[in-house]
Amino acid sequence: MAEDRRRFLKEMGAIALGAGVGLPLLDPARWIERTSAERSTVPVRQWAMVIDVEKCLNPEVRAACTEACHREHNVPHIPDPEEEVKWIWTEEYEHVFPDQVHAHTAEGTRKAPVLVLCNHCTNPPCVKVCPTGATWKREEDGIVMMDMHRCIGCRYCMAACPFGARSFNWRDPRPYVERDERGQPLSDFPTRTKGVVEKCEFCAERIRVGKVPACVEAAARVPGGEGALTFGDVADPDSEVSRILREKNTVCRRVALGTGPNVYYIVPAGVPTSLGATAPANDPVTGPATGRVGTAGEA
Amino acid sequence: MLQNAFQGSRRYWGLVGLWAVLILVGAAAYSRQLSEGLHITGMSRDVSWGLYISQFTFMVGVAASAVMVVLPYYLHNYKAFARSVILVEFLAVSAVLTCMLFIFVDMGQPRRVMNVVLHPRPDSPMFWDFVALSGYLLLNLIIGTVTIEAERKDLPPPRWVRPLIYLSIPWAVSIHTVTAFLYSGLGARPFWMTAILAPRFLASAFASGPSLLILLALFVRRFGGFDVGRQAIRALGTIVTYAMIINLFFVVVELFTTLYGAIPHDVHAFAYLFTGLEGRAALTPWTWVGDLLAVVSGLLLVVPAVRHKERYLALLCGGVVASIWIEKGLTLVVTGFIPSPLGAVTEYAPTVPEVAITVGVYAVGGLILSALYKVVLSVRERVQLA
Amino acid sequence: MKDRTGIAVGLGVFLIVASYPVWNGLAAAGGPGRPELEPARDTSGCVEDTAYMAAHHQALLNEWRTRVVRGGERYYTSSSGRRWEMSLTGTCLECHGGKAGFCDRCHEYAEVRPTCWNCHLSPGGG
Repeated sequence: MAEDRRRFLKEMGAIALGAGVGLPLLDPARWIERTSAERSTVPVRQWAMVIDVEKCLNPEVRAACTEACHREHNVPHIPDPEEEVKWIWTEEYEHVFPDQVHAHTAEGTRKAPVLVLCNHCTNPPCVKVCPTGATWKREEDGIVMMDMHRCIGCRYCMAACPFGARSFNWRDPRPYVERDERGQPLSDFPTRTKGVVEKCEFCAERIRVGKVPACVEAAARVPGGEGALTFGDVADPDSEVSRILREKNTVCRRVALGTGPNVYYIVPAGVPTSLGATAPANDPVTGPATGRVGTAGEA
Repeated sequence: MLQNAFQGSRRYWGLVGLWAVLILVGAAAYSRQLSEGLHITGMSRDVSWGLYISQFTFMVGVAASAVMVVLPYYLHNYKAFARSVILVEFLAVSAVLTCMLFIFVDMGQPRRVMNVVLHPRPDSPMFWDFVALSGYLLLNLIIGTVTIEAERKDLPPPRWVRPLIYLSIPWAVSIHTVTAFLYSGLGARPFWMTAILAPRFLASAFASGPSLLILLALFVRRFGGFDVGRQAIRALGTIVTYAMIINLFFVVVELFTTLYGAIPHDVHAFAYLFTGLEGRAALTPWTWVGDLLAVVSGLLLVVPAVRHKERYLALLCGGVVASIWIEKGLTLVVTGFIPSPLGAVTEYAPTVPEVAITVGVYAVGGLILSALYKVVLSVRERVQLA
Repeated sequence: MKDRTGIAVGLGVFLIVASYPVWNGLAAAGGPGRPELEPARDTSGCVEDTAYMAAHHQALLNEWRTRVVRGGERYYTSSSGRRWEMSLTGTCLECHGGKAGFCDRCHEYAEVRPTCWNCHLSPGGG
């Protein structure tokens, strides 16, 4: 090829490359402003939840919570446990609080069913690692949000979450969303699409219109479930959750990691007996038991 | 100069044809993944990264290892590497491209990949990995093409390329360090959260990369008439040996802290690898074979009489590459997820479509490498004839 | 010219391939003219005037998306001063019915495939 034609092509290529890389970055001022704004100071409020493990020993309470959440948000029911999507579900005490369990912990305590969900941590590692800001901690109320439009599906947040709170859509969830008699999804909430991560968002869309999260409301409607889940602003010393935290003994999951979870658990004073000893395999949401560290003998 | 990649012997076109077929197979599998989602892979809610990310981790090491030739040649005037430098730079280009492709095929929403550029997050190591890899690709592409062009014109390379070469040295170290930082800052994954991860990555990279280069150099000598020189091969062998010994030492160090400290959540992952956990032991054979291979290759390489015979060197380099591939490309990533944050032991095995896509990505790297090496060979031929 | 036939054949193939959108589109055409949109339930007016919405509804929806999802906002004040809740399913489709009778009409005509419906729901399915 003639030298000047080669040079021209090379220069065009370089310009295209430069423009392609450079143009999106031409807004440094706005970028700096945006990132510093999202890098919040102390949030005005911090929504938090207190879970009374004793009251949640009742499988009806737990089922009401999980079903209400999954219905409200069109969470798909995917039968394969390796691909399942869940926002709130039940796990055994020894897996929820592994640092609290010792060689002689009573069996009833070990196997006690405990509700787990996203903890909306004060220092969320998932937010730190997200390369696009598709998940972020809201300044005004501390909810760790998901932006389904921005998520690139890299699943770094799933690797970073110490609580296993996040689910990925390995396939299109629409066929697995529960429908009513007319074939319509049970709620208006957008189903997600394949390739994005999802999790509990403390019902941000309900909080916006002054309601409490669906699980909190559903638990309170079950007889004996009043006060099973309490929701409120932990930054407000006069809120119900703050009162409970002052008066009761509460624990959090994996405190030593320093993520600052905002879901608090009132642990039972005594060893849970028959009501609580039902294995999570009976729980309608967790589905069939899979191979677990701890459930030795069950394949 | 690029036209040299389009002219070649029947053997060359046979190789290109092989890559093309593998790329097509991979592309077919990938289009299925695009339409159906990542459920066609073996990944799961518990093990959310698998073959794609582990191959990316391995290839970043290969890309970074270019520094082991660039540094002696450009910083210390080690003349014996004169003909090896271009080979390692183009190997780095091809390796970085496969890295970026592996990340791309792993993404759930690949059409949104530009979000990493449009919405940068400096807190995220993944963002910096993107910056580091892109920069490294650009650097090596420029350095490689400029130096080979200069050679074709029988001139020294232009002066402005020198600072770029010097930049590529710490940059090479940084790409693998930042990749290690993807893993080693996660409190959720105690298997990865060790300060020695970055040094381990670098040591194993500096063993596996030059090993691969030795094998490639022997290949182009046999099939392309391009000889990097006995001294270069020998020096590379020495580098591989030292790097492998350091790597093995790091493994011992890690084993001591884990096993002597005996903290359960640290031990669990190692137990899964070496003995299996809760009856699940899919990676145990790989672990033992890989580690045995590493020790045998490393120790044999120490013996000069063995290392100086090219046939044995090639064999041992193959062993080094294989053992480090087993470690980074199979056991490292998956084991980070076992047990899960809730104590579950969910195993992982890649599916056929996943392997097809992986092979397709490697074939893209192979095609690029073949084309670039063909250019080098043709230019060298012409210069030698002139 | 030695390669006259080869060039002619190649040129012919190229022209056929390059004009594919034209003759394929003609064959699949669903008739000329603007598509018929189902009338809105509430005739008091859309968020903005029709001309603006036709040209800028994508930008408006993107703005709503950012303000709702990332800004936590709820209401939008239009240029006429009227307040609307920013919701595709809850506001737009509440009035315009399902996407089949409204959104799809123009989108199918123009071969536009927005990805909204992968996630967002339309009354009547979709």
